[in-house]
Amino acid sequence: MNTGAGAQAWGPMRSSPSVPGAPSQVSVPSPAGSALAHIRARHVIVLAALLIYPFVATPFFTFQIAAQSMLLGLIALSLMFLAGYGGMVSLSQMTIAGIAGYAVAIFGVSATPEGVVLGWPWWLAVPIAIVASMLVAALIGWLSVRTDGIYTIMITLAVGVALYYLALQNYSVLAGFQGFQKIAPPRLFGIDWRSPTPFYFLTLALALAGYWAVKYVARAPFGLALQGIRDNARRMEALGFDVTAHRVAAHALAGGLAAVGGVLLVWYNGLITPASIATNNLINILIIAVIGGMRHPIGPFLGALVFVLLQNFAIDLVNRERFNLVIGTGFLLIVLFSPDGLLGLWSRLRARLGSGAGKPSPVRRGGA
Amino acid sequence: MKSNRRSFVRTAIAAAVLSSLGLAAQAQETIKIGVLATLEGPFAAGGADGMRGAELALRERNGMAGGKKVELVKASSNAQPPVAVAAVRKLVEQDKVQIVVGPLSGGEGIAVKDYSKTVPNITIINGSSGAQATTLVDPSPNFFRFNNEGAQWMVGLGEEALKRGYKKVALISEDYSFPYSQVQGFMGQYCKLGGKVVEKIWVPLGHKDFSTAIARIPADIDALLVVLGGADAVNFLTQYEQAGGNKPMIGGSITVSQDVLNYKGKRREALLGTLSAGPNADAYDAPEWKAFVASYKKNFPDGYPSPGLFAVNYYINMKAALDALDAVKGDLSDNQSKYRAALTKLQLKGPTGTITLDHNRQAIGPNFVTEVAKAPDGSFYNKVVSRVEKVDQRLNLSQAEFDKMGIGTRDNPACP
Amino acid sequence: MSAVLKPGTYPGTDPRSGSVPKRSWRPWILAALWTPAVAFAIWALFFDNAKLFLLTTLNGITLAALYFVVAAGFTLVFGLMKNVNLAHGSLYLLGAYVGYFVGDRSGSWLLAVAAGFAAAAFVGLLLQVAIFRFMPGEDLRQTLVTIGISIIIADVFLWVFGAEVHQFDPPRWIFGSVPFPLVDRYPTYRLALLAIAVVLGVALWLFLQRTRVGMMIRAGVDDRAMLGASGVNVQLVFAITFAIGAGLAGFGGVVGATALSISPGEDTRYLLASLMVVIIGGMGSIPGAAVGALLIALAEQYGVAYAPTYGVVFQFAILVLALAFRPQGILGSAWTAGAKGRK
Repeated sequence: MNTGAGAQAWGPMRSSPSVPGAPSQVSVPSPAGSALAHIRARHVIVLAALLIYPFVATPFFTFQIAAQSMLLGLIALSLMFLAGYGGMVSLSQMTIAGIAGYAVAIFGVSATPEGVVLGWPWWLAVPIAIVASMLVAALIGWLSVRTDGIYTIMITLAVGVALYYLALQNYSVLAGFQGFQKIAPPRLFGIDWRSPTPFYFLTLALALAGYWAVKYVARAPFGLALQGIRDNARRMEALGFDVTAHRVAAHALAGGLAAVGGVLLVWYNGLITPASIATNNLINILIIAVIGGMRHPIGPFLGALVFVLLQNFAIDLVNRERFNLVIGTGFLLIVLFSPDGLLGLWSRLRARLGSGAGKPSPVRRGGA
Repeated sequence: MKSNRRSFVRTAIAAAVLSSLGLAAQAQETIKIGVLATLEGPFAAGGADGMRGAELALRERNGMAGGKKVELVKASSNAQPPVAVAAVRKLVEQDKVQIVVGPLSGGEGIAVKDYSKTVPNITIINGSSGAQATTLVDPSPNFFRFNNEGAQWMVGLGEEALKRGYKKVALISEDYSFPYSQVQGFMGQYCKLGGKVVEKIWVPLGHKDFSTAIARIPADIDALLVVLGGADAVNFLTQYEQAGGNKPMIGGSITVSQDVLNYKGKRREALLGTLSAGPNADAYDAPEWKAFVASYKKNFPDGYPSPGLFAVNYYINMKAALDALDAVKGDLSDNQSKYRAALTKLQLKGPTGTITLDHNRQAIGPNFVTEVAKAPDGSFYNKVVSRVEKVDQRLNLSQAEFDKMGIGTRDNPACP
Repeated sequence: MSAVLKPGTYPGTDPRSGSVPKRSWRPWILAALWTPAVAFAIWALFFDNAKLFLLTTLNGITLAALYFVVAAGFTLVFGLMKNVNLAHGSLYLLGAYVGYFVGDRSGSWLLAVAAGFAAAAFVGLLLQVAIFRFMPGEDLRQTLVTIGISIIIADVFLWVFGAEVHQFDPPRWIFGSVPFPLVDRYPTYRLALLAIAVVLGVALWLFLQRTRVGMMIRAGVDDRAMLGASGVNVQLVFAITFAIGAGLAGFGGVVGATALSISPGEDTRYLLASLMVVIIGGMGSIPGAAVGALLIALAEQYGVAYAPTYGVVFQFAILVLALAFRPQGILGSAWTAGAKGRK
């Protein structure tokens, strides 16, 4: 985004995608109208398939495969947003999701041997959880974006692991090692939202909302400014944009996505313990985003689907004891040979068939 | 796992064919039992040994129970509760097992017990998990546990410590729920009989340097109660020796286990005479235990020299699952109600003695107090000091005494 | 801000518009930090258990020695190559296991130390020559590669060595304890660890200050593009640095596992320690690593002694304070702060 149209951060902007980079939009006259204008036949087909899916799949495939993929995809989407549009790779997105989960357990209804449970209704607990997560995300963002970009990955990893140990050690509020059990979505309109099909549609609705939100923000002035900062922060600063404020806001927004995913995750599991935010789970979100590809918001969902399928069925194909070896090798191969993940493979395939060249990825560029 | 599973299924089929020639019609019907253990992560070795125990119970009866062929379906977790629940859900909904044996660790046990309430037509029998709350708080009608839990494993130790003149002890332990249970199991009797635990040093999980914790140990104690496992136990023992520590030690159930006694490094003479307690003892000389060890060694030449805690627990729970199948002749109809009644009534003849269930479907079984001794070949082992029969979940205290105490936490119980 | 840059340009090439402005309220912050620390020390020494305080301090300093050994390699590699090597903990574990294998076969602890260093250095060299060389300037991609490698290495070790605990058998003369003023006796090995760290720190300093390669490395840390422009074989310097950095992790693996033990999971622990040390101390700075290691290790030990459940919170608080007031780390060079894309 080299063409700064206005000196104000929120001013209207026109853009020309002259910088080779991660997701960039071609031309966007009006963000709101464009959402409908961009609907294609493939969108309709995918949506129809998603709506029919739970009626043909078994409850296991509806709940544990599809719903879990979508909610993990939502958490990974928050990382895709930060990394793809903001150039900031955060390893603490699962921590943010975990904070939302803990908040739902503490403010809402749950069971625990030692921690605090306030037992407030869900319509109070869930908004509190999301706002609290966004605040923490903004704080982590503020701590990590004030230095060089590559530091973000180190600082967010350190903060994430430190918060894991805090959850493990604090019994008076966070219930320590055992965490909180018996957390369920509310019974609303006489529907048990935890049973496979309703939970599937709940997750689908929120995943679509998250997907749409990311696409919308990417075309809104804020998103364009963010991509401009990703590509050349100094120039954007010179144009009068507050670089730090934009980056912190991006962290807060991504925190909101991760928090929604975290609320769904805690409802899905029915429990939250420090293990949910342990290091391997922080890394898993990165693995999901990288496998899927960080060039387009659909990537994280693809990655999550592959990850969940592997996690469930690896034991039937390979030695489960070596699951981490399989996932680690897959991750490494993707990073080495297809930095755009599965999306990159797909676009390369299309390029070979002659429909245009793939764009380089945010991963391949100088840093994040 | 596939190759293992396949070869195992093949063995089971071969065994079934050999043993039931002519009963082919009946043997056609299979009962599927899922086994969940931690085959990944730091508990992988323990999980693998648990699997061996479960397989052994089935191999001993040629893959048959209740006149039907039994197929084992393996599942794995990494000791994290959500992963365990996902694995059990896959066993139940995708692999269509009728019975699940597992999981291995405490947090997983509570989560799987909560899950079991959502699948009332499946029976879940614990693997090796030892959290008190699993059966004590809000028990589930279809979750059974035939192994004693973490607090029960320490019963008898307090009495023995006092017998040796250890009137004042300090505690050093990892800071999470399993050691809380272990400490309660020790203190229940110890405090009642007049012993004092003057200082409790809880070391956060993941903290490997014990030097400062050692500096906090008071000087005027008779012995040190050490409830640490694996690398933490080894690190502590090394550092305590280096710091010139010389108090006698009392160990938790996993503190002086085989893997700690014979870890890859130097042996510590200082450990000789260390008391500990647990549900099994390598040197127990009852014929059924010896037969069990011999069978384990024969079936798993690549296993441990002697079956570990996890192998014993998985064996016991799997044996209960199969014995009850025998009792109902493989009849799992009517939402398994007959099968569950048979489990509840079961007098399980395990390698360590007879085990029955209480009204929460929790084991009442024997426990051992042991002492580290040196074998003629120089290796260390745990010799049996005493054996406590029928240890229940109230730690053999009266209901009122136990209710007053509640479940063990950092500060509970206390007798400084 | 590397995200700002096209491949081939580096922060060091940016014209700087001056150093970090001095803030008038800095003395107040320092006072706010030091007063409670001094008050606590006085309370612990004169009104509480003085021996516990002294032992804890010693334990903190000797643990810092171990953290320094491990983190020095991390900060060196990062400082020169901007490569956040998240497989640093795996190299620690690699050195420890190889060292154990060699020590077990040969019966020599010193040989084990040498083998641990050599094995990790070799793998580090291999990584640089076979992989990272082909991704110049792609900081993020290099970091992702190291994450993949760390996952694989951890699982391979679990496969080969199992979950059993391994421990070294150090020579008699450094095992046990020696008389020590004020605290009666103190474990010999921990004092040896401190000596090792001091010798290593001085050796690294001499290497960086006095040798030709060392000067090239320092030049590269300050300005990578200029180093290349001045005709130096940058790839060679990178390879040497990566080998030394990785070797230090492997060396730390053996000396650390002798003090404690080797088991799965140690990789993450030492990676986290290294991260905290260099974030607090300042990335790319060897003295910074020493300061960071001291702060982290002392916080950890005082935590265990005086507030057992919240030791990690102290470390975390130090991390947040450091980031809030000195984002470039306590002894970090100015470019890290200046290279935010604001200048």
